[in-house]
Amino acid sequence: MAGRVGIVAASMTKFEAAKPYQHLMDLVVEVTDKVVEAAGINLKDDVEAVISCSQDHWDGRTISSMPIPDAVCSHLKDESKVAGDGAYAVLYGAMHILSGDNKLVLVVSHCEESITDGTMIENWSIDHIFHRMLGLDYTMGAAMQAKRYMDKYKLTPEQFAKVVVKNKGNARKNQYAQEAMDLTIEQVLKSKMLADPITELQKKPVSDGACAMILANEEVAKKLTPHPVWITGVGNYYEAHNPGDRDLVECAALIKAAQKAYKMAGIGNPAKDIDLVELSEYYAPQELLWTEGLGLCGRGEGGKLIDSGKTQLKGELPVNPSGGLLSGIPVTVAGMTRVAEAVWQLQGIAGEHQVQGARRAIAHGCGGLCGQMHCVLVLEKGGK
Amino acid sequence: MEAVKKEPVLFEGYVIMPYKYSVGSLASKFFIKLRDSKVLSGAKCPKCQMVNFPPRSVCPKCFSKVEELVELSGKGKLETFTVVHYESAVQALKPPYAIGVIKLDGADTAITHFIGGVDFKDIKPGMKLEPVFKAKRDANILDIEYFQPA
Repeated sequence: MAGRVGIVAASMTKFEAAKPYQHLMDLVVEVTDKVVEAAGINLKDDVEAVISCSQDHWDGRTISSMPIPDAVCSHLKDESKVAGDGAYAVLYGAMHILSGDNKLVLVVSHCEESITDGTMIENWSIDHIFHRMLGLDYTMGAAMQAKRYMDKYKLTPEQFAKVVVKNKGNARKNQYAQEAMDLTIEQVLKSKMLADPITELQKKPVSDGACAMILANEEVAKKLTPHPVWITGVGNYYEAHNPGDRDLVECAALIKAAQKAYKMAGIGNPAKDIDLVELSEYYAPQELLWTEGLGLCGRGEGGKLIDSGKTQLKGELPVNPSGGLLSGIPVTVAGMTRVAEAVWQLQGIAGEHQVQGARRAIAHGCGGLCGQMHCVLVLEKGGK
Repeated sequence: MEAVKKEPVLFEGYVIMPYKYSVGSLASKFFIKLRDSKVLSGAKCPKCQMVNFPPRSVCPKCFSKVEELVELSGKGKLETFTVVHYESAVQALKPPYAIGVIKLDGADTAITHFIGGVDFKDIKPGMKLEPVFKAKRDANILDIEYFQPA
């Protein structure tokens, strides 16, 4: 990368199953106020550009420029929107900085999933000529992907359930988490069956909330904080939309994204060189498949990795110490919270789920049916 | 904030938008053959010979323009599946039902569709399947009622 992009500060709302007492603009104001205070800057004078991340169907209005400019103070400023996952807003924020055009950028993501029926929105994202009429949605896609995973690599429902026990357990230490639970594997497996093998507790719950971040160029970041977190590697790849165009267990886009990010950051062996991972598991089986795609274990070894205990909060390589998406994070906000959690870990301010001595982390955002698109960021503290 | 938490005011809203999607010339030919002759066809790339199914007019492998449809037997193999137990407003069937990814013989890409005519416990990846067509067909993908063991 030409030059360095620093993340100065991050903020989140508390995530809740519903926030009927807050307009979506209130959510954005809340995280913007918090992040501006944490960064010690002036919103009106210091922020040169704003990138918001949201999805029109979720918000029930077709233009983010209606509520957002007031909330982020972007009148007569450079403002644009990412309609996808929040990790992409971070990526585009970094591009703004790397272009040399802006020195300081605010990125913000928001979603109130509780206000509508997410299954309908997912169905609207499916190919409308050949597949939408079937009523296909992301839970069915994730279930077919998990079945393929079990078929090819012999993973078990118990291994998927362990992810839920771990992540909702980790959430007990996270003040922003929505669903902190003390579960057993049996409870996870006995919760309502949605689409075999995925039970209700293996699916991310409906959630409302927001996240924000201040990005700056090297000079400004160093001035603003003694603890900037640097984006040292980025990879972003898409693959075919239709599940039948790919082998669902291959997660080819994630593998490419990870390899590109690692090469940029000079990481030879991610399993050894990384201190923690915050990844986007909308469904429990995805965490195991994504750890494979991220190269944290060999192909087909995601089950063994969770069995080994290495990915536990106190393990060698904690995965989702925050509780992950399974603890309750909305879509679009999802990937940005992965980055924000990693930033707090590297700044040493994660709280009770702090991974001691963390110096280098991976944050992963993903979206689309069966994980069509993946964005991997390598984050580091200190300097090269 | 406490007062608002006690009685938040919520407005109801609905998005009901009419659309007439063009399926394109290749898919139009596909759907008419399906409706009139119960024939499933794939799109054959003139450059790399890949057969994509369901048929799209750009080859997903080499991105060439594809204009030729080739008839397929309709028989194929199940790649993966799930049994759906929850309801949603957009589902075409009442749960429980099986849905899976089916690769037809002679095609290089697969379609997602329903699996029927079989006990859920007997559905296995790799099993041979064939299409069951609806008696009354409307030139859409639901003209295939489901795929059953062949």
